Amino acid sequence: MNDETNDGRMSIIVRTIATMMLPFILIFSFYVIMHGHLTPGGGFQGGAIAASAIVMMIAAYGHKMMEKRISEDGLSMVESVGAAIFAVVAFIGVIMAASFMYNFLVGTPLFGETPPFGSNPGILNSGGVLPILNIAVGMKVIGGLAAVVLIMALAGDKEGDKK
Amino acid sequence: MSWEVKKMISLFGIALIILSVFTIIPAIIAVVMKDLLACVIALAIMSLLLSLYFYLLHAPDVAIAEAGVGACITTALFIIAIRATQRYEVEK
Repeated sequence: MNDETNDGRMSIIVRTIATMMLPFILIFSFYVIMHGHLTPGGGFQGGAIAASAIVMMIAAYGHKMMEKRISEDGLSMVESVGAAIFAVVAFIGVIMAASFMYNFLVGTPLFGETPPFGSNPGILNSGGVLPILNIAVGMKVIGGLAAVVLIMALAGDKEGDKK
Repeated sequence: MSWEVKKMISLFGIALIILSVFTIIPAIIAVVMKDLLACVIALAIMSLLLSLYFYLLHAPDVAIAEAGVGACITTALFIIAIRATQRYEVEK
């Protein structure tokens, strides 16, 4: 694995397969995040899958090229926006209703339907604030885990330059 | 207890025992071997089998998290760390 000649890239077969697999992994991760209140999974699991897709692209294309596409600042901003959405949604419950993280979206068109009584597969447009919190946690996990791997790859590269 | 339920329980127990053995073997390999890259690959295999174990124990949430974090991101972190340091373990 010599970084000087090919900039840390792998062969064209690996790069092509990684590019082909990327949308499927991302769609599966968004499915896991959006169905967090119905099926197994949720914000953390879907975010980990999406971060593993980004890690796959870093492994295939090299961290220098991926650092130009997705910078550390961008990933850090995604993480901070996720945390901000979580806090804002939680505190709107204090302002509009009685308690912290109150489910104020019940009855509204946005995630507000009530599923029927009895055993049913569940309605995607239900859950109140839970899907929004899942999306926020997913953004935070995508930003955090991908930024950890990217920054560690860049730091190892700088250590190699020092020698 | 009917015959079918007994057969299912015994098959489930046998599957758990076999999966336990196959989960422990890569862990022992990761401890024993001196080539750290092979140890990381063994840890990834162990993590994948552990996620299958979690799925059989009716914890699909933990299985998804284990497969995503343990088998992919931890492996990438370890490989990056090995590339920054050295590949073989040295005796002192």
